[in-house]
Amino acid sequence: MRCRKCPRPAAINMRQHKLALCGEHFLEWMPAQTQRFIEKYEMFGPKEAILVAVSGGKDSLSLWDVLLRLGYEAQGLYIDLGIWEEGYSSNSLAKVHKFMEKKEGVRLKVVGVKEVYGKSIPQLARERPGQKTCSLCGLVKRHIMNEAALEERAILATGHNLDDEAAVLLQNVLYWQTGYLLRQAPVLPSAHPRLARKVKPFFRFYEREIAAYAILRGIDYIYEECPFATGATTIFYKGLLNRLEERSRGAKLHFYLSFLRAREKGLSLRMLSFGPNQGLELGECERCGQPTTAPGLCAFCRLWKVKEAEVR
Amino acid sequence: MKIIYRDKEWELPGRMTARDAIKKVGLDPEAVLVVRNGQLVTDDVILRDEDEVKLIAVVSGGDGEVS
Repeated sequence: MRCRKCPRPAAINMRQHKLALCGEHFLEWMPAQTQRFIEKYEMFGPKEAILVAVSGGKDSLSLWDVLLRLGYEAQGLYIDLGIWEEGYSSNSLAKVHKFMEKKEGVRLKVVGVKEVYGKSIPQLARERPGQKTCSLCGLVKRHIMNEAALEERAILATGHNLDDEAAVLLQNVLYWQTGYLLRQAPVLPSAHPRLARKVKPFFRFYEREIAAYAILRGIDYIYEECPFATGATTIFYKGLLNRLEERSRGAKLHFYLSFLRAREKGLSLRMLSFGPNQGLELGECERCGQPTTAPGLCAFCRLWKVKEAEVR
Repeated sequence: MKIIYRDKEWELPGRMTARDAIKKVGLDPEAVLVVRNGQLVTDDVILRDEDEVKLIAVVSGGDGEVS
């Protein structure tokens, strides 16, 4: 298979776009497409400060790389989860530092969960055997990312890709999690003074495209999966969607984009009418002040508060 | 040809496309990228006996709620 733009052999074939490109042209295509998505979905302007949540994985490091190549003022945020199993956290932070060696003038903010809140994610998970570690970790990360973005007065950018979004959508549709469906979008505006604006500039790229970008750019990312993610629900749903994609080219992309379009038009998903908070009452957490739909404490503060009470 | 995926290795005989090789070792072609002799290639390339092929997993997971 040849590159669409030159006679060289293709490095990647994007079947959903009927587009095959060589390494050089693919490395031009990715930032150009990212810029197109940033503008189309009105994510942020050229002068705005961006905080990229980086984990050391392919998606977040590639996003940081693309945003820097596009000339954005993008600094990194690394959340040290304290996952020492298989050296996961130390290896992932090392990958972030290695990435930064090749960049000039980039800054990284590091927040240690254990240092700030007293317990690492594995410790927290051990205390709550009934809860999935990934959900717990997601809750903690979202809280810290929001806090950090507010502190930096920046827009929070995450490396979520199309496969992530489609897998979450499938899961939410299967169980009709309307609250989650309401909040699933490539841009989450700041609907409250204590809620940072969140964007996902890579949300239209397939995961394989981002992996290809990382390989072709020579980005050394953490390849091994988080030890707690083994058997994670998201991975299972991604597998199902990939089987669908194998049979029907572009199925994942259509699934997610059709959801966004339907919601925008207020058609079959009228009850999920487009907008950040329609149907949701946002109050403020009594303890941290971040927005919450729950009365009293937000989910994050309840997480720590219960255990504090038990200790006493 | 030698096929490497994470900590596993297979030796497959004869010429075949990378896509067929991926299926032969029981993996999903949508979930891996093919690096042949250090070069990223599309899965329609014909692999030869002397090739060393690394299959790169592209799927990562985690938080299953809204992100």
